[in-house]
Amino acid sequence: METFAALAHGMAVAVQPMNLLYALIGVFLGTAVGVLPGIGPALTVALLLPVTYKLDPGGSLIMFAGIYYGGMYGGSTTAILINTPGESASMATALEGNKMAKAGRGGPALATAAIGSFVAGTLATIGLAFLAPWLVDVAVRFGPEDYFALMCVAFVTVSATFGDSPIRGLTSLFIGLTLGLVGIDKLTGQPRLSFGVPELLDGVEVTTLAVGLFAVGEALYVVSRRHHAEEKLEPVRGSLWMTAQDWKRSWKAWLRGTMFGFPIGALPAGGAEIPTFLSYSTERRLTNYPQEFGKGAIEGVAGPEAANNASAAGTLVPLLTLGLPTSATAAMMLAGFQQYGLNPGPLLFAERPDLVWGLIASLFIANVMLLVLNLPLVGLWVKLLAIPQPWLYAGILVFATMGTIAAKPSVVELSMLAGFGVLGFLMRRFDFPIAPVVVGLILGPIAESQLRRALQISLGDPMTLLQSPMSATLLAIALIALIAPFVMKGLGRFKASED
Amino acid sequence: MTDGTSNRPAPRRVDRAGLVIALALAVLAAVLVWDASQLQSATTYGMGPGAMPVVVAVGLGLLAIGNLIDALRGNLPPRESADVKAVLLILIGLALLIAIIGFGGGFILATSALFVTTSAAFGRRAIVTDIVIALVLTTLIYLAFDKLLTLSLPSGPLERLL
Repeated sequence: METFAALAHGMAVAVQPMNLLYALIGVFLGTAVGVLPGIGPALTVALLLPVTYKLDPGGSLIMFAGIYYGGMYGGSTTAILINTPGESASMATALEGNKMAKAGRGGPALATAAIGSFVAGTLATIGLAFLAPWLVDVAVRFGPEDYFALMCVAFVTVSATFGDSPIRGLTSLFIGLTLGLVGIDKLTGQPRLSFGVPELLDGVEVTTLAVGLFAVGEALYVVSRRHHAEEKLEPVRGSLWMTAQDWKRSWKAWLRGTMFGFPIGALPAGGAEIPTFLSYSTERRLTNYPQEFGKGAIEGVAGPEAANNASAAGTLVPLLTLGLPTSATAAMMLAGFQQYGLNPGPLLFAERPDLVWGLIASLFIANVMLLVLNLPLVGLWVKLLAIPQPWLYAGILVFATMGTIAAKPSVVELSMLAGFGVLGFLMRRFDFPIAPVVVGLILGPIAESQLRRALQISLGDPMTLLQSPMSATLLAIALIALIAPFVMKGLGRFKASED
Repeated sequence: MTDGTSNRPAPRRVDRAGLVIALALAVLAAVLVWDASQLQSATTYGMGPGAMPVVVAVGLGLLAIGNLIDALRGNLPPRESADVKAVLLILIGLALLIAIIGFGGGFILATSALFVTTSAAFGRRAIVTDIVIALVLTTLIYLAFDKLLTLSLPSGPLERLL
């Protein structure tokens, strides 16, 4: 049982006092930032990257594990108490959770979200620990053409298959791919799309893009429609604790949510929206209290919240074993690895098992810490939610620009940040999804180099892509996933019909 | 969303913003092709550095057509009126920040300028209070990150006093 040995080794790394402290800081900061309205987990990770600049890779990744789960949990608190989900995956939670908060049952809603996240996170991390070594064994046999085909699947599913409009999703992806071309071509050393600007030779920084699109773009979007949207913070009244009946109604929903979340997150299908909405509709169908749905049913919080967290752990499977980010948050985690020159994938498992298994073990620890921290500290999180909007967004922008200023204090880099902010604003306004841009930027160059390597090996024969059975199958899947939404007119429409 | 709009009996209007988006994508595709044509292809077999940009450009060209069709059909999602002044105010704040960093004014002044303009864009009118809050907050951030975490943040006149 090599998994147990590896995991035990990882635990030994994770429980070192300094690493426990990093995990604690990560969980705390992740929740504090994730709780702020309008900040989803991807932006939480992007904003907190500078905090980890000076740490060693091990400590930094462990802090990341905490930030990742903390950001997820913080988002659900916001969804329940002010009904502004920072990301679409919290939308299901907001549906029922905010109704519960309005009915004075905010405490149990937060509790079932926290405990459900813990249960789902723990089960899904166990799944990750057992699935990862097996997938690594498969992945070492992958040739460059197989990797290229796999990335095509990820491109299509992230951008086209499950969104509202495949055209707009693909447009976002291609903007990301274009940005990925900027800089020196790694194989021939020739500059592309650099227009003689020396700062562009290094390419576009993922963090600059993500912070620009998510933080600056969001601030511009919120201010542009500040006369339209109204946010109302629901106070947490009454007991925080769940009654016996709440427990009885929650536990099955947690387990079912995990069953939806982990496999779908682990497939390179992208996004936690699908499992959360599947979980929501399942709970609504199976409940003994159908009259409560739409008015604050606890199963409607417990299930989707578990699904959301399980899928967050699930996306770590392709990220760690294949180096394949399938969500904006996973792309930010990949950026965190890359700042140390580490590339997740089968090689990293072989070369730095202490890092990978230390990270996986830290996920367990972060989960426990979240459970212990969150319910007692709920009063503090609520106070963070009460920060007046002008100061909140002013503070977010100060923090957002600080990351760029710390990394590269150049006028070009800051102008790019502002430019991406405008891009993010326009994309929100015209309903283009943001995540495919980030995934395109980070995966585009990798896909290109795999393709070129494959073609070099085959002496330029493109048929090599179809001769490997794995690659041919994956390309066929990508093609079907690309055509399906045009034929079936939007698989994502079930989202709209749910509410 | 495609379905929702096509069922609506209301007369379809050409969406001007959509036309601009389609045009921008087409221009971007043209820039990619032009830039790729400037590269020298040194490879004997396989893909040169110019191949991928052309592939992406073709994709962008197709998407420009797709977006054009959406715009002509009026298929873009509905939008509310935007508060342009507030958006411009934040952009002015960002421009100030870039200028102050560029001219060596330091982290505290630069981010304080952004803080005050953003807060004003969200409707705050107590400028003096906000300036004080901004200076205190950014000084604390500077101290925490520059001294505690030893990140090097650009220093100007204010930072040298600390």
